[in-house]
Amino acid sequence: MESRKSHIFVGLFVVVGVLALLFIALRAASGSTVTAGETYTLYAKFDNIGSLKVRSPVKVGGVVVGRVTNISLSGEYYEPLVEMEISQDYDKFSETSSLSVLTAGLLGEQYLGLQPGFIDDTVGTLEDGDTISDTKSALVLEQLIGQFLFSQGEN
Amino acid sequence: MDRLARLGATVTDAIAGIGRALAMLLGAIIGKPTPRKSWPLFVQQMYVVGVLSLIIIVVSGLFIGMVLGLQGYTILVDYGAEQSLGPMVALSLLRELGPVVTALLFAGRAGSALTAEIGLMKATEQLSSLEMMAVDPLRRVVAPRFWAGFVSMPLLALIFSAVGIYGGYLVGSGWLGVDEGAFWSVMQSAVDWRDDLMNGIIKSLVFAFVVTWIALYKGYRCEPTSAGISKATTSTVVTASLAILGLDFILTALMFGG
Repeated sequence: MESRKSHIFVGLFVVVGVLALLFIALRAASGSTVTAGETYTLYAKFDNIGSLKVRSPVKVGGVVVGRVTNISLSGEYYEPLVEMEISQDYDKFSETSSLSVLTAGLLGEQYLGLQPGFIDDTVGTLEDGDTISDTKSALVLEQLIGQFLFSQGEN
Repeated sequence: MDRLARLGATVTDAIAGIGRALAMLLGAIIGKPTPRKSWPLFVQQMYVVGVLSLIIIVVSGLFIGMVLGLQGYTILVDYGAEQSLGPMVALSLLRELGPVVTALLFAGRAGSALTAEIGLMKATEQLSSLEMMAVDPLRRVVAPRFWAGFVSMPLLALIFSAVGIYGGYLVGSGWLGVDEGAFWSVMQSAVDWRDDLMNGIIKSLVFAFVVTWIALYKGYRCEPTSAGISKATTSTVVTASLAILGLDFILTALMFGG
């Protein structure tokens, strides 16, 4: 009888432990839900990526559609090349789409804003491995201040 | 010259101790599995080591989560960033406090009990009588306790973190008025199950291994007198706590430092 009681308690203990794991996994944590399913890869070249990081989100109008998977320098002029994975659910972006490095809030993380372009008979959609050519670099505070001071000096 | 000899003796003793501990562990866990005989022993130890530690883990988890919520709120509200309370509570619990505090409490609550129990078995020559009856005390006494500690501590750490997050939610959202939706959604976007949850579980597995091992070895090797048992029990808590904190720094540096 004693041993049966301890069996029940141990069983309960394990169940509570697994429930705790589920609670944390479902309520507190998130897998990178967007890129969990099928994805395709896009590339983009920037002049300056600011403090963009691997795993930074790619957003369209605030909705996360993908994540940055790799950042490297490419070409003979060492331009930053950003590789990103976009969910297969959103595979109809036009080739004229543009990307810009944006900041969430005043002090927030930087992310990529994707601005979908128009679709026309002459314009195709972005496929796996394509490069987005229309990009806007990150605003760097020091450069802004420098430009401001320079323009002040001219007046 | 005398000092040099003493230094040498200390080092050899330390190495011999590690070797004996390793030999004890290998003797306990390597061998033909006998699930029929060892399963009931394992369950009994799970009850003693895991279930009976549940109350202290749940209560301290709740209070630590509530304190984190309170302290975090007073700092974050200055920057108007009280929505970040959720990730602050969840990340500090999952990455650090869950595994570490659980391991420290476990060393105090269950580790000392394991040492005292095995030490007393040794002092009253129960271990020798087992050997007389051709029962390997390593397989019969040490192995189920080791596995029970190894399995139950990660479960305890998960329960600790879950209760702590709930405690932070109670204080932050219920009392201080952080928006409930923001609390959970900002937490969800900041906590990653692989980086944070899995690394926390790996940490508590390592701590479980080390703490249970130390506790069993100290009991198995203790001087078979009442003073020896008391010394071994103290030494279990001290050694295990230091090992936890030292290992935690190394693991954190490896997991999150790079």
